[in-house]
Amino acid sequence: MYTLLRALADSWALVALFLIFLGIIAWAFRPGSQKLHEEIANTPFRNDELED
Amino acid sequence: MWNGIKVVVLGLVVLGAALAANYGHDLAYQVSAVIVAAAAALWFIHEIKHIGDKPQPAPKGYMDDVVRAGTIATIFWGITGFTVGVWIAFELAFPTINFGDIFGPYLNFGRIRPLHTSAVIFAFGGNGLIATSFYVVQRTNAARLFGGKLAWFVFWGYQLFIVLAAVGYVLGSTQSREYAEPEWFVDIWLTIVWVAYLVVFLGTIFKRKEPHIYVANWFYLAFIVTIAMLHIFNNLAVPASFLGSKSFSLFSGVQDAMTQWWYGHNAVGFFLTAGFLGMMYYFVPKQANRPVYSYKLSIVHFWALIFLYIWAGPHHLHYTALPDWAQTLGMVMSVILWMPSWGGMINGLMTLSGAWDKLRTDPVLRMMAVSIGFYGMSTFEGPMMAIKAVNSLSHYTDWTIGHVHSGALGWNGMITFGALYYMTPRLWKREALYSTKLVSYHFWLATIGIVLYASSMWVSGIMEGLMWREVDAQGFLVNSFADTVAAKFPMYFTRATGGTLYLTGALIMAYNLRMTMLGAGNAVTKAVPAE
Repeated sequence: MYTLLRALADSWALVALFLIFLGIIAWAFRPGSQKLHEEIANTPFRNDELED
Repeated sequence: MWNGIKVVVLGLVVLGAALAANYGHDLAYQVSAVIVAAAAALWFIHEIKHIGDKPQPAPKGYMDDVVRAGTIATIFWGITGFTVGVWIAFELAFPTINFGDIFGPYLNFGRIRPLHTSAVIFAFGGNGLIATSFYVVQRTNAARLFGGKLAWFVFWGYQLFIVLAAVGYVLGSTQSREYAEPEWFVDIWLTIVWVAYLVVFLGTIFKRKEPHIYVANWFYLAFIVTIAMLHIFNNLAVPASFLGSKSFSLFSGVQDAMTQWWYGHNAVGFFLTAGFLGMMYYFVPKQANRPVYSYKLSIVHFWALIFLYIWAGPHHLHYTALPDWAQTLGMVMSVILWMPSWGGMINGLMTLSGAWDKLRTDPVLRMMAVSIGFYGMSTFEGPMMAIKAVNSLSHYTDWTIGHVHSGALGWNGMITFGALYYMTPRLWKREALYSTKLVSYHFWLATIGIVLYASSMWVSGIMEGLMWREVDAQGFLVNSFADTVAAKFPMYFTRATGGTLYLTGALIMAYNLRMTMLGAGNAVTKAVPAE
């Protein structure tokens, strides 16, 4: 079990995690994300009081 | 019905804890049981008092009473933890003040030191994180805290954890795992409180009115989830008896050491870094009145930190029984970690771009900027010290202590002070802080205190490391251990002086915030428009 997990960890799991990471970065930089990101970055400046 | 069950269960807990206090095998366990019995009895009385109450209408607005309590707790534990720190710093310079011949072992450095580290990290830092996370998660999601009184359970449950941990250290019950000293029953209690914390935080995010989850919440959530995982794995232990505090770790040898430092370094990474970055990403933009410099960078910062930090632990075990490949892996990952850390630092500092002039007039913003500066400095120093060649000199010396404190005092302390200065007038509905001038005094006392602390520990640590490795022509070691201890006295004294300055600054802050809460000076009550 240990040997199997150990082999998995430094082959497929490593590659998969690395690709997921690159995918997230690529997704953040996708075209058209700029406007959305600006909107989210301004979240702290809304809702200082809660309107029910 | 539900209230009836609650009262019965609480009554049984009081009874069980009282029995445990009677039959317990050691003093630490017995005293802890008395505290648990007292806490459960207080809760029991509280429930009895309110048992016939009519159901209240659903409260409106943000749930800020628990954040106010958290703010006060953060200040209180901060002062406590800094005082104990100053005390033990003087103990190292003047060992007689542990008063061993009067008080026995109770004020011994070995017992008081975990009291200091836990008080500042978990009591001061932890309360600061819980209070600010409750403040931020509500305002960035436009939702009241989920779970009603569950947030109060988190608050009081966490205070109980702190008291139990502290009592254990002084009375000599410890797992001897750094930053994870509390014994098994305290660990189980913390797990319960932490799950409740996660439920409150996640529940609030689930009912959000904002379409997107702001990045500060990601950092807070990473902190909560990862700490839960680390805490559970590092504390897997079998108690020797259910009526005693002693337990034995499930792991042994080098596996045990690696589990401990996987925990220990990620406590730094996810408690002291990710959690406080959550603070940074909310309070710096708010205080500067500008959105974060680059939201894209904050996304990259977050994921890079999450993917990398978890691997850095082995650098605490260089030149030990840990396999060489694991040491090298830890070293390489630590060096790579420098990148996301500085990405975050740049993002925080550049938020001020276009508002640099505010640094001259706003000491609260200055405090936040300096905290980010110390974040950058200690995240450069850390990877450097993780390099094996450097570590062979720095390990086990005061350099490590200096490094930890430039991060803890500079980054964690200063960003928390900034958040407290930001939140207090708003939570107590005051126009402004009682005094801006006192914030300036606090800023300079704290900054000079840290500089004295860090520089004296650099000198002391490098000197110590060089003295330990010095050999004569025949290959014999030149210095005995006691020689290094004697040589460190001036640096120890300087360090204690720096700590005293830092504590003085914190006392000024406590006074300033107290006066703000009372509505004195500039802190007049805010006029609220009629609704």
